[in-house]
Amino acid sequence: MKSKESSLGGFIKALPKNIFSGLVVSLIALPLGLGLAMASEAPPIAGVITAIVGGVIVSVLGGSFVTISGPGNGLVGVVLIAITSLGLTATYAAIICSGIILIILGFLRLGKLADYFPSSAIQGMLAAIGLIILGKQFHIMLGNKIVRDSGIDYLLEIPNTIITVFQFEDKGLIYAALAGVLSLAIMVFYSKIRNKYLQLIPAPMWIVIVSVGFSYYYQLVLKSPNPISLDYMIPAIPDIQTIVREIPSPDFKMVGSLSFWSSVVALTLIASIESLLSIKAVDKLDVDKRRSNVNKDIKALGLATVVSGFLGGLNVVTVIARSSVNVNNGGSNRSSNLFHALFLVVFILLFSSELTRIPLSALMAILVYTGYKLASPVIVRKIFTIGKEQLIIFFATLLVTLKIGLISGIIAGLIATFIIHVVVTKSLGLFMKNILKPNVLMYKEEDGSYFVSVKHFCSFLNFNTLKNNLEAIPENNDVIIDFSLCGFVDHSVMESVDDYQELFHKKGGNIEVIGLDVLGAKSKHPFALRRMLTLQKILPDNKTKRQTNLSLVADNFDLTYNPIKKTYGEFLENFIYFKTKKIEHIFNELTEKNGQYRSFDVTFSEGEFIAKEVVRTTMLFIKTSKTIPAFTLDKEGLLERLYALAGYEDIDFESHKDFSNRFYLRGENPEEIKAFFTNELVRFFESNAYYHVESNNDGVLICNKQRIASIKEIKALLDYGVRLNKLINNT
Amino acid sequence: MDTIAFKTIGIGVTFSPNLEANINEAARLALFLGGRLVLIHVGESSDEKLNTFLSFLNPFKDQGLDFEVSFKAGDPVEVILSTTEEKKVDLLIIGALKKENFVKYYLGSIARKITRKATCSILLLINPSKERVSCNHIVVNGLKDPKTEETVTTAFFVGHKLGASRVTVVEEIGDDEVSVKVDDDKSLRKSTIVKERLRMREEMRVKAILKTIPNELTKDIMIKSQPIFGKRGYSIGHYAQVARADLLVMNAPSKMTFWDRLFPHDIEHILTELPTDVLIVQ
Repeated sequence: MKSKESSLGGFIKALPKNIFSGLVVSLIALPLGLGLAMASEAPPIAGVITAIVGGVIVSVLGGSFVTISGPGNGLVGVVLIAITSLGLTATYAAIICSGIILIILGFLRLGKLADYFPSSAIQGMLAAIGLIILGKQFHIMLGNKIVRDSGIDYLLEIPNTIITVFQFEDKGLIYAALAGVLSLAIMVFYSKIRNKYLQLIPAPMWIVIVSVGFSYYYQLVLKSPNPISLDYMIPAIPDIQTIVREIPSPDFKMVGSLSFWSSVVALTLIASIESLLSIKAVDKLDVDKRRSNVNKDIKALGLATVVSGFLGGLNVVTVIARSSVNVNNGGSNRSSNLFHALFLVVFILLFSSELTRIPLSALMAILVYTGYKLASPVIVRKIFTIGKEQLIIFFATLLVTLKIGLISGIIAGLIATFIIHVVVTKSLGLFMKNILKPNVLMYKEEDGSYFVSVKHFCSFLNFNTLKNNLEAIPENNDVIIDFSLCGFVDHSVMESVDDYQELFHKKGGNIEVIGLDVLGAKSKHPFALRRMLTLQKILPDNKTKRQTNLSLVADNFDLTYNPIKKTYGEFLENFIYFKTKKIEHIFNELTEKNGQYRSFDVTFSEGEFIAKEVVRTTMLFIKTSKTIPAFTLDKEGLLERLYALAGYEDIDFESHKDFSNRFYLRGENPEEIKAFFTNELVRFFESNAYYHVESNNDGVLICNKQRIASIKEIKALLDYGVRLNKLINNT
Repeated sequence: MDTIAFKTIGIGVTFSPNLEANINEAARLALFLGGRLVLIHVGESSDEKLNTFLSFLNPFKDQGLDFEVSFKAGDPVEVILSTTEEKKVDLLIIGALKKENFVKYYLGSIARKITRKATCSILLLINPSKERVSCNHIVVNGLKDPKTEETVTTAFFVGHKLGASRVTVVEEIGDDEVSVKVDDDKSLRKSTIVKERLRMREEMRVKAILKTIPNELTKDIMIKSQPIFGKRGYSIGHYAQVARADLLVMNAPSKMTFWDRLFPHDIEHILTELPTDVLIVQ
């Protein structure tokens, strides 16, 4: 009983944080919802309805923890085709049917449908969706609405549109295009500017704020009408009474037709793939490292989709960008999803008329950026480093999806992958004979570790047997996966195994993969080999100026310098700072001879997809010789006071008023921290420059700006660290 | 003890490149197990054939091998099965074929038919050799089945005779026995507990079987029991391969219907891809 009480207590304690992150998420969900709905040619409010219904139902019935549900990017293309071929009301019927299928899939425990698709094919499909979104909205963004037949035609028109823009005579159109370009610039440069006040409001909301402000400026100050052409403004958003009164009734007349069901299948397929990929990615970001119940979540998403379809909304899916924003803003349970929905209701109640002040071109800029992120050249380059054959699969899926459709595209991807596998192994029999065999053996050895042996082949076709076995192992155990009896392991499997390795590592376990080297030697294993060599090394004689200077610093300070990228910084794992961030690699490392302190540049990413921000910064890590309490120390500003309101506690000292006012100190154990902060230590912090200082019991992490430090700054950082370390050791 | 003695050992022989290796292997086994060897040849008898057989058998004659050569023409399956019954063969040795370019073995169609229909124990050899290769590690199934006790005893008997150093009893626990499906952290904890319980139960059962085995058979052998969660009949073969077993000892299937062949289970899995030498105890 006690655990239940404490979990309720924990829930209430975490509530302010979840309300806060729900608010931030709703700020991004509102413009995205409107934009996604309009891009699929549904009424703009449909997107918001989707988010509200999804937020309410999935937060109550779902099986994941920190995900946000609402209208998805992946579905834009499918809904668009459905609406153009079936009409709006029949599309609602198709959405309802796909919701029902999703529920059935959930009950049949088939929620993991996406596991059966090779990852390069999925990447290709997503890129195609991205191009469809980008191609169509690009023209609207620049104030040049056109209608074409297929996604490719829209893409080919892009140069024409750019030329047309420079020939605009109509002022309204010029302003529309300017709004679009400005909004796109906000989306692109937002993540580059690391200002915590600016970052508090997501980029899409800045676009909304700026455009509403612009409209008011014209109305109130210049007393003239908004110069942007009316065709490029969001059409009137109905108020809440009208929405309730005019709920569209789904039209089931077309249930007998083939096009209806092909839409249903496409909706279901994309909805489940997008949700699953998002759930998987968000689970990795979860601070508490919980495991989502995928089938339960799919059932909830299905139900939400059915309800949303009846209320005039679109398919409800789990969305990655909004979920990652949720995690970054302290969302810790499903209530943040609920609050995001409630805030959306409040927005619609209060501001539905204000929303018509947003230019359509600005909204579409958000989608253009989304589309670009889905199909960005970075993805192509990444796939290329894995292997040329992956690129064939990627482009086969991409082109067929663009030319024919989503279902044909994914089927083409499957076939291309299979043919490539057969060509690579030169054996069709290997796959045909063994596909149905239970090829995975797992047993617990006497020392308590698990041994998993995989036979024959392991690819996207039968990965789920391996997956089921891995899922059944508690993540804090040691696991050995032996591929030596395997004739072939494909890229999808290697990638997933890598994900599992990361997951086990986070939870205190370990997965070791053996037997692949034998395989590479015997059968020239392209996927596995490429997969392992992705980390390229910097040539030692190809140093930048900063690197040369760093090696000089190393000589002066008697340190060792190592410029080479390392993928992992295990010592950084326990720091709160990195809880919601993903460390990509550390480089330019300066280490003291006995390894007590080291400074390094680190590349990490925050958020996923369009909310993803890659940050590089310089840090100093000190290994303390004794155990000290875990704490985080920051400069106190407006934002920290705001956090304090949202339930983060600041530890204050009676005797050090100045310190308490200027610094924001927090930690799990206030008493111990207070005892640790002696007069001397407090004076040290008061009299030196501000740094972010964080302890994880046996180490201290120091950094200040979220960018790479200059040589001078590194010297200052080193000096600060050395003095702090001395002081800590003396107390 | 008496029930498991292999008094008569049979082997079907044809004139193939493997002939000498097959005869050598069979003769050695007969000597180890203390039984009489019967060579069964499908075809008319001739002096030339007999001389070839004798030339391979003679070296063992000096070591005290008692043998007999039987010739009979007809359908290979029929002939071998009927001769086995006539001569009261307890253990029939069948050589497996090796796939080209692969380190995989399988049974030819004739051998497979014989395996299914035979009423005596069967030893499937994957790698007959002229020289003796020692048998160190024996894996035996510990299924919940009335035949298991005898099978395990036989495994120890053979192990004792061949000087094996290790016997592993493998209990296969089907996935359907684990009632909890893993969805999230909570169900994972539950299923781990359920599995632990099943594992304990199976180990107790195997321990009870091991107690019934005469001490003299087990005294020099290291015994290990290994529960495995996986598909029956398939995972034990996989395990034998992973554990580099030299001999896999299994229960004979209790029934073999048309459906069993269509949806292979238990022993059929082993027959399609022999992991190592397999002894099927009748």
